[in-house]
Amino acid sequence: MTTKSQAVLNWIDERFPLTSTWKAHLSEYYAPKNFNFWYFFGSLALLVLVIQILTGIFLVMHYKPDASLNASGVPVAFASVEYIMREVPGGWLIRYLHSTGASAFFIVVYLHMFRGLLYGSYRKPRELIWVFGTLIFLVLMAEAFMGYLLPWGQMSFWGAQVIVNLFSAIPVIGPDLSLVIRGDYVVSDATLNRFFSFHVIAVPLVLIGLVLAHIVALHEVGSNNPDGVEIKKKKDATGKPLDGIPFHPYYTVKDIVGVVVFLFFFSAVVFFMPEGGGYFLEFNNFIPADPLKTPPHIAPVWYFTPFYSILRAVTYPLFGLDAKFWGVVAMGASVVIIAFLPWLDRSPVKSIRYKGPIFKMVLVVFVIAFFILGYLGVLPPTPGRTLVSQICSVIYFAFFLLMPWYSKLDKCKPEPERVNFK
Amino acid sequence: MKTRVINFIKRFAAVALFAPAVAMAAGASVHLDKAPVSSEPAALQHGAKLFVNYCMNCHSASFVRYNQLQNIGLSEAEIRDNLMFTGERVGDLMKIAMRPAESKGWFGVAPPDLTLVARQRASADGSGADWLYTYLRQFYRDPSRPTGWNNAIFANVAMPHVFWQLQGEQVAKITQNADGTTTTALELVKPGKLSVQEYDKAVADLVSFLVWMGEPVAEKRKSIGALVLIFLAGMFVLSYALKKNYWKDIH
Repeated sequence: MTTKSQAVLNWIDERFPLTSTWKAHLSEYYAPKNFNFWYFFGSLALLVLVIQILTGIFLVMHYKPDASLNASGVPVAFASVEYIMREVPGGWLIRYLHSTGASAFFIVVYLHMFRGLLYGSYRKPRELIWVFGTLIFLVLMAEAFMGYLLPWGQMSFWGAQVIVNLFSAIPVIGPDLSLVIRGDYVVSDATLNRFFSFHVIAVPLVLIGLVLAHIVALHEVGSNNPDGVEIKKKKDATGKPLDGIPFHPYYTVKDIVGVVVFLFFFSAVVFFMPEGGGYFLEFNNFIPADPLKTPPHIAPVWYFTPFYSILRAVTYPLFGLDAKFWGVVAMGASVVIIAFLPWLDRSPVKSIRYKGPIFKMVLVVFVIAFFILGYLGVLPPTPGRTLVSQICSVIYFAFFLLMPWYSKLDKCKPEPERVNFK
Repeated sequence: MKTRVINFIKRFAAVALFAPAVAMAAGASVHLDKAPVSSEPAALQHGAKLFVNYCMNCHSASFVRYNQLQNIGLSEAEIRDNLMFTGERVGDLMKIAMRPAESKGWFGVAPPDLTLVARQRASADGSGADWLYTYLRQFYRDPSRPTGWNNAIFANVAMPHVFWQLQGEQVAKITQNADGTTTTALELVKPGKLSVQEYDKAVADLVSFLVWMGEPVAEKRKSIGALVLIFLAGMFVLSYALKKNYWKDIH
């Protein structure tokens, strides 16, 4: 480095921790060298967040949160989305990137969470990373739900109607709470405007704050790895972990490969099947919202369906309270319970590589139950389907609530001293 | 150990692929004929002609501007001379004079805007084009309906058979099945101006135009997409080589 640029850097460093931050988080942040496929999804989630924010900025320039009807009798909000699709130069691309990005966000985040489950990334000392992560997931669901109202199609409108009505099942405060959320007695222009405000300002701010906390907490304790052993226990003479490598350049160059592969699949959807077979953009949502015409079947977008199934699985009233209320409780609990994983897992080892047959079997059953809940959530309920979703809901909760016992019982293999690499 | 993780991925993939198939099999399905959708300018132009002559008396396409029809190979003069009848300007949206409130009084339901109809009608049974192609060929005589027409896949439809002079008249033979369902078979009893093949072709052209209108950018999107994927494939080779080079001394 030339003395002149060094001088500039020194000038900055005396006023702002530029070099030390760069070192602490990138060039001298030591990550285990044995990351595998599953470790791409953290950086990819960050990438999708950036895609959503950037495309969102441009969408807001043309989108109009207005439920009133234009001269052709079409809601202004719906028409403004079609205006973006047809008349704004490149608008169709920005919109498809954003709509596909929403589904991609959940795919990446689900895989990222599953990685944590496989390798025990939530275990001590990473409990707070996991708690922040669960909060991110929760906030992301709120963000996606509110964003889905904005195109003001039939599914936007009726999906929001169904979900907001759920809050009215809460005793005492319920009816007033759903009134506050809607800003009206039905989903209307007031709802659209407040959801717009939350979707573009409030919730993204919270999301970015939580993501920051997630990463700061991660860099404080260091990353876990597929072997679940602490690399900080074995250090060389200079105090660097023997199995650690600087994040930059090693993982920056590796993550670039992940980004390119991800963008390949992402672009394949954006350019060749932006509707995602009716799962990413529901066909009914190309019909403008009509408060007088209820669609025969209201299905939430795919990423909500496992939790929606749990909600619908509760069909018994209890303690004089409506089944709907307990459904809401079950759905809320099914998300919140994820945060308690660090204290439910009593296994002596972190990684599935050294866990015993019980955990492996339970995990497979859990994943299958989760998928079944997911696809039952897009279907209209029948007595048979309700029974299956009840069984799967019990499996879902049993996975968490019985973990203190089965994780202790399991016959685990001894963890290695050092990580396995190649 | 690696095989175990791979087994997990396989199980995942199996369930993930299986789920939508089950979801689709479960709905009450209607048999739809596969629409021979074309992106040829001649077909789209014929479809546009049918659309403005037959559909636009009642249905608008209020997100499309007349001059956007240049994208299906028409010149501005051709659009003005052949497709515009009521003194609009070529940059205007394809709206209609009939007001929704009035048409609701006349038909019982306001004829919907057709800009997005090919995207709206997609379902697990088939694409929106398939639905439209089937629907427009399955009108039959039904004296019990106010318009004198009914439709085999859209029961008690409010729209009359606007193409009856072209297709002719069909009648329905409804047979009761053993399981309580009914099968509707249509028979052409009075031929129209067009033969069956000619009529099917005309409807296919109209449907192709409706598909184009639903997303005029679709062809451009795919051609840009191909370039994007080629670029990313090249980037993969470079980024993978870069990674390999950096990681060669990590053991």
